[in-house]
Amino acid sequence: MRSKRSELLVGCFIVLGVVALVYLAVQVSGLAFSSKKDTYQVVARFDDIAGLTNRAKVSIAGVAVGNVESITFDKKLYMALVTMNIDSDVNNIPTDSSIAVLTSGLLGEKYLGISIGAEDEMLKNGSEIFDTQSALVLETLISQFLFKGGDSEK
Amino acid sequence: MKSIELLGASLLDWLEAVGRAGIFLVQSIFRLPVRFKESVNLLVKQLYSVGVLSLVIIIVSGAFIGMVLSLQGYSILAKFGSEEAVGQLLALSLLRELSPVVTALLFAGRAGSSLTAEIGLMKATEQLSSFEMMGVDPLRRVIAPRFIAGVICLPILSLIFSASGILGGHLVSVEWLGVYDGAFWSSMQQSVYFDTDIMNGLIKALCFSVVVTWIAVYQGYECVPTSEGIGKATTRTVVLGSLAILALDFILTAAMFGDF
Repeated sequence: MRSKRSELLVGCFIVLGVVALVYLAVQVSGLAFSSKKDTYQVVARFDDIAGLTNRAKVSIAGVAVGNVESITFDKKLYMALVTMNIDSDVNNIPTDSSIAVLTSGLLGEKYLGISIGAEDEMLKNGSEIFDTQSALVLETLISQFLFKGGDSEK
Repeated sequence: MKSIELLGASLLDWLEAVGRAGIFLVQSIFRLPVRFKESVNLLVKQLYSVGVLSLVIIIVSGAFIGMVLSLQGYSILAKFGSEEAVGQLLALSLLRELSPVVTALLFAGRAGSSLTAEIGLMKATEQLSSFEMMGVDPLRRVIAPRFIAGVICLPILSLIFSASGILGGHLVSVEWLGVYDGAFWSSMQQSVYFDTDIMNGLIKALCFSVVVTWIAVYQGYECVPTSEGIGKATTRTVVLGSLAILALDFILTAAMFGDF
């Protein structure tokens, strides 16, 4: 009663649906199906992170080497506590390296950039980067500029 | 006095219709054909006519909507020097809003109307009553496979719509307008989350599929069995279905993405 052809086409239809879902998951949302890469966690405290989000990239020399795991508020120090995962094959970051909140392009995403220090000791799982630079907030910059301009005129 | 009476009567009529439709829905879901093999056969036939035959219109309109979105988005984003964000714009608007809604509207027009007309004609030519005469429950034999096929098909079609829209948008913005390929994908991947964006879009499509198919099979089953009645029922399917989709979309969007 039911033809082989319609069965085949219904099968193709469902396969097409699954392919579309996988395509959306992998290519569009960047979901990685491969087993999670080995990472180690590093924390850093910032005065102001201004728009940094979870999953933002952590880079050295512009190359992504990890991502932001969580951002919480440190109640004692009134600072932002950022926990990040760094790929474990990048295991030679000196402990005195500095980390800054950067912006890609004028209106782009916020990300973290690590500048390499000179210490012999390397960062391990759970260690902290102490030398941090906060995000540049446009309003603060403008007000600084305005107040300085006012001073020099006097 | 008369007008108040009329108001009351119309409200009662409406409530009665909603109640009948609800009972009808529950009955048709829980009365699949008894034998597994037979129900699979009926379901495959309906999946073919509801899903596979709607594939072309979904792929073509998805590709065109993606292309138009890229063109429009590019011309505005280029003013701010951030053309790369066109990937983000395209993916978010397609996944969250356009692909479930437009797929459901097309589905109401393409598959819903044909379901209503088919069932209505079965009723007009007394095929439904002859099923009853033979001791076969028409809800079980005719309505249930159509309803379930519709509910399965719409979310799949919506996924295919999104994928084809993103490919169409990629064609226009990268190949034609010259947005940098890597930036197009990376801006998309940074802003799209699988569990919030893709999954919420799928949940939306699932809600729409239940409502649209329900309206379509109910209108066909309850239509006046004349040629005029079938015509009216088909029109009502498309109109009520589209209105229900748009209203439900607002509610779902407010619940999923509105921060309050």
